[in-house]
Amino acid sequence: MSHDPRALPEQPSWLWRNPEPKRSYDVVIVGAGGHGLATAYYLARNHGITNVAVLERGWLAGGNMARNTTIIRSNYLLDESAALYDHALRLWETWPEELDYDFLFSQRGVLNLAHTMQDVRDSKRRAFSNQLNGVDAEWLTPDEVAKICPILNVSSEVRYPVLGATFQPRAGIAKHDHVAWALARKADAMGIDLIQGCEVTGFVTAPAGAGGTGTDGDRVVGVHTNRGTINAGRIGLAAAGRTSTLTEQLGIRLPVQSHPLQALVSELLEPIHPTVVMSNHVHVYVSQAHKGELVLGAGIDSYNSYAQRGSVPVIERQMAAAIELFPMFARAQVLRTWGGIVDVSPDASPIIGPTPVGNLFVNCGWGTGGFKATPAAGWTFAHTLATGQPHALNEPYGLDRFATGALIDEHGAAAVAH
Amino acid sequence: MLLIECPWCGGRDETEFGYGGQAHLSYPDDPHELSDERWAEYLFMRDNPRGPFAERWVHSAGCRRWFNVLRDTATNEITASYPIDAREPVAR
Repeated sequence: MSHDPRALPEQPSWLWRNPEPKRSYDVVIVGAGGHGLATAYYLARNHGITNVAVLERGWLAGGNMARNTTIIRSNYLLDESAALYDHALRLWETWPEELDYDFLFSQRGVLNLAHTMQDVRDSKRRAFSNQLNGVDAEWLTPDEVAKICPILNVSSEVRYPVLGATFQPRAGIAKHDHVAWALARKADAMGIDLIQGCEVTGFVTAPAGAGGTGTDGDRVVGVHTNRGTINAGRIGLAAAGRTSTLTEQLGIRLPVQSHPLQALVSELLEPIHPTVVMSNHVHVYVSQAHKGELVLGAGIDSYNSYAQRGSVPVIERQMAAAIELFPMFARAQVLRTWGGIVDVSPDASPIIGPTPVGNLFVNCGWGTGGFKATPAAGWTFAHTLATGQPHALNEPYGLDRFATGALIDEHGAAAVAH
Repeated sequence: MLLIECPWCGGRDETEFGYGGQAHLSYPDDPHELSDERWAEYLFMRDNPRGPFAERWVHSAGCRRWFNVLRDTATNEITASYPIDAREPVAR
């Protein structure tokens, strides 16, 4: 029989199963975004723990994993941050081969522009700090910036001229949904259950017993979901903006606030933008995806929200900044804008570690910067869940730092405005 | 864009206002009495509800006065706007 050209193409093979939840798992991870999937992957790969479920209230990677600007970099000022984010970047460099999936990881570099004398001082300090921490970074003059990104307006005749930039050549972008699918396929192949449409509605608790990790006398032993109760040895929350709505059911207050973070893409254009440009001062990030869309992002909407949408003036401001930097984009059409809900911590650094309730662990507070850290979040959170103890990389990132005062204050230091 | 009701100036665009986070917080009576944990609670811990939330706004481009708003963080619906020293209204 000849092929009917009107017939739909054959359904490609599914990358993961859609199993029914079992009654019990060694580890239950809440949230099947990038961090939850990476955690599941490393639980299996690094710790041999495969009796694991990843529960997702919506669909796999439909939250912030689908709503970011895909920028990957590790040029953070502070030692603890450089260690964590550069660990992530080194893992990104191995993932395409290790996960056997071409998710278009492109190390096209990132320019972080300086527009004021204070910007220049802060940027140089950050570049020198990066160099001391083994992170590739250098300070460039406006002429050198123009060589790397010829379409950038480096004229001195604008309101906030480009006075120079830091450049991290190993930084870049990746195709975010393919990253999630690559992780999901590997985790699934190792026996981990990825369960979509499964919303956690509460926790099953028990009095503290031997082996508990908490301090307040209670421990969690399972979760209630819309698909029944699931018992768990340990529970890890990787639910971004929703994390505190889960922990508040156990009386745990977290120092995070949930905000909309918006971004947008233009229509498809010819490849023209060779790198990633970020400006702290006029505040916009601009890159170009492989398909050709310009991808623009900036800061959060000021108010708390769970609505996964934000206010139009925030979009207007970032487009105005983009046009100041790239006059040639003035006639590009906006194709789509979107918003995710990010959990912002007081020091703009994540919280990865145990909670006062036994066997309950959090990976949250990543704010606007979680995508780039996906491999390191998974690596350290898997270690924490497997052993009950933080990995050396996430030891400084515990909840206790807000009482001890040992904050990791990346506000204004992390090459972006928070 | 939110349309926010200033108790003194009336309804104005969100761009005229600054945000101040959770309302009805007061400075500890005696900070020296607080443990590190209680001090952290005061400095860093804020409610983060999905639903009605009493929050502070300041009319930066208008009368420059602070006031409180009751807004639903899931829908953005604003149900009350009231002076800073008034009692929190009961959410509808």
